[in-house]
Amino acid sequence: MSATWSPAKAGRTYAEVPEEEKRRLFEEVVADPRYEDFLYGCYECGICVSVCPSARFYDFSPRVIAQALSREDVDRFYEILMEDIWNCAQCFSCVRCPRGNNPGGLVTLIREVAVRHGLEQAQEALQGYSRVIYKIMLKGNQVSPDMLQPDFFPDWGPWVREFSQHMHTWRKAIPVDTLRSVTDAAWRTDDRTLRELYTIWFETGNMEIIREVDEGLYELLVEIMEEELEARA
Amino acid sequence: MSELSERLAPVSEIREKKALPVRPDPETAPRPDLREELFELEARGELIVQRVPEPYVEVTTKFGRVKKVPVDHLWHHKSCGQCGHIPGYTTSILWLNRQFGIDYHDPTDQTSCTGWNYYASATSNAAAQILVMCRNFAAAYETGYYPLIHCGTSYGHYKELREQLVHHADLRDQVRRVLDKLGKPLVVPEEIVHYSEWVHVMRHRVAERQVVDMSNVTACVHPACHYYKIVAEDAIYDPDIYGGQRTATVTALLQALGINVADYSTWFDCCGFGFRHILVQRDFTRSFAVLRKIEVMRDEVNPDMTVTHDTGCVTTLDKSQFAAKAHKRRVGVPVLADSQVAALAMGAHPFRVLQLHWHSTDWRPLLEKLGIDWERHWQEFEEDLAAIERGEKPGLTWEDAERPAIAR
Ligand code: SF4
Ligand code: SF4
Repeated sequence: MSATWSPAKAGRTYAEVPEEEKRRLFEEVVADPRYEDFLYGCYECGICVSVCPSARFYDFSPRVIAQALSREDVDRFYEILMEDIWNCAQCFSCVRCPRGNNPGGLVTLIREVAVRHGLEQAQEALQGYSRVIYKIMLKGNQVSPDMLQPDFFPDWGPWVREFSQHMHTWRKAIPVDTLRSVTDAAWRTDDRTLRELYTIWFETGNMEIIREVDEGLYELLVEIMEEELEARA
Repeated sequence: MSELSERLAPVSEIREKKALPVRPDPETAPRPDLREELFELEARGELIVQRVPEPYVEVTTKFGRVKKVPVDHLWHHKSCGQCGHIPGYTTSILWLNRQFGIDYHDPTDQTSCTGWNYYASATSNAAAQILVMCRNFAAAYETGYYPLIHCGTSYGHYKELREQLVHHADLRDQVRRVLDKLGKPLVVPEEIVHYSEWVHVMRHRVAERQVVDMSNVTACVHPACHYYKIVAEDAIYDPDIYGGQRTATVTALLQALGINVADYSTWFDCCGFGFRHILVQRDFTRSFAVLRKIEVMRDEVNPDMTVTHDTGCVTTLDKSQFAAKAHKRRVGVPVLADSQVAALAMGAHPFRVLQLHWHSTDWRPLLEKLGIDWERHWQEFEEDLAAIERGEKPGLTWEDAERPAIAR
């Protein structure tokens, strides 16, 4: 079941939200330079739905997304923004679209708007995800061995417990120089490389995006990154 | 017979035509060749195109175009999911490089593509993503080695970002400004190459040095979505593999090793990884991986293993099986990357190189079927671990892992 879907929300039309507000957010999606490469209209053929994993398990349809955007149906767009987008698995099976659309790409653009505006639904969908953002922004790696903890991955079985008991030894028993003994990142990265990465985050406004999702995390990250960049300067 | 049905070709004729291998004509490709646009930008002095070094192997891609896959002088663009959670994946790629005497560079001046986070949370934007890519490309260029992308998502993401970079002058300006600040040139490789494409072009050389007979094994292939669905025209297709209707990568390797590749009806489905789902909403991931992939394979062909070529797919298909077993679902199919299968075929140590102890679904029946005495190899590895714990060894090195552990 979706983190953003609940029976209380089912069938909500967001009638109380002013039309102008919905249109403003819609226009933001359309203004993205990638938009014109991702949507060319829609035949309503449903090919995207037939290959979509999320359509199989959730009340979700890439066809509806392509349709709503093509018709500039801002009411339906707003429902998609608030409820549907976080169900997409971003597999891009839907690019099989005979019209040349990229419904998964449209979802990415809508998600970016949801995150940029710090919408409650985006924050809800990203609950429990902050430690990953912390890792990716600071280390340039999405995951690391020390994230494999039994309380976080109970469904992966006793293997995770065994691993976490032996992590340091198992990690030393890897013959690849850049991986050996590293547990807080996926591989050993130069400090200079990470400073360059921080510069990219600052220069492209990426840190402001993080602020919208998690203010506390943003402050923590900025403090660490600025200290590192200033120490070097 | 009506006038219309007289004009239509008989069904048998259509069937015969459909059974013929697909040999697309690049002249009629539905999309322009991005490489030509890259060279135009280079001619205008906008960027540098890093050429594929020799020696390379030419392969055909979806639209019948030729792609150069470099064999040597490789800059290993590692995958965070592989290195962090399935390190035998990376170790096997590098072990293969070493076995063939490839001149390679394993950089510390590399970040991940950060695409997993982008697809999971959208907490980034196009400019940042392109810059992360270009920073890595510039780092590779500075060393003189050619980037070989280990992760399927990095590969797919970079192909898409490259297209955005080429098509949007304003993005190029923004990217160049930040790269200037970093003191780096704007470089884009002539071809974006996935490691499984390198394995693909090396498959006959792997087979020449095969010491483990794999002819009694049946495998299902899960082609990775981000390898062949995102910017589909860059993936390898071969009229001799699935009649050119599906990507040849992985399947061609397994066939070269004498493995029986068995087809199953949900081959096109994704694995269920979901990027965000695998981390914070795994009920979807587990259900999809088991119900749409593993159980279908079990019911239709009952394979000895599933082989794939991407980080998320190995993780999802392997790790999702434990909980499903508790629910008495029909699971129990070991999951390996193509690099691990190739290394195993050449006699690599199952734990020092393949690092199978990081995999969760039981791989023992597979090794037993292949006639590999896993208990003996595990004992050797446990001795390594004990020596590390006693402080006699700082860790394993290539010296410990290099030599094939399995003889013919
Ligand atoms: S990218 Fe999203 S919309 Fe497209 S097929 Fe995958 S899950 Fe469905
Ligand atoms: S496959 Fe394309 S044209 Fe068909 S319904 Fe989906 S978006 Fe519309």
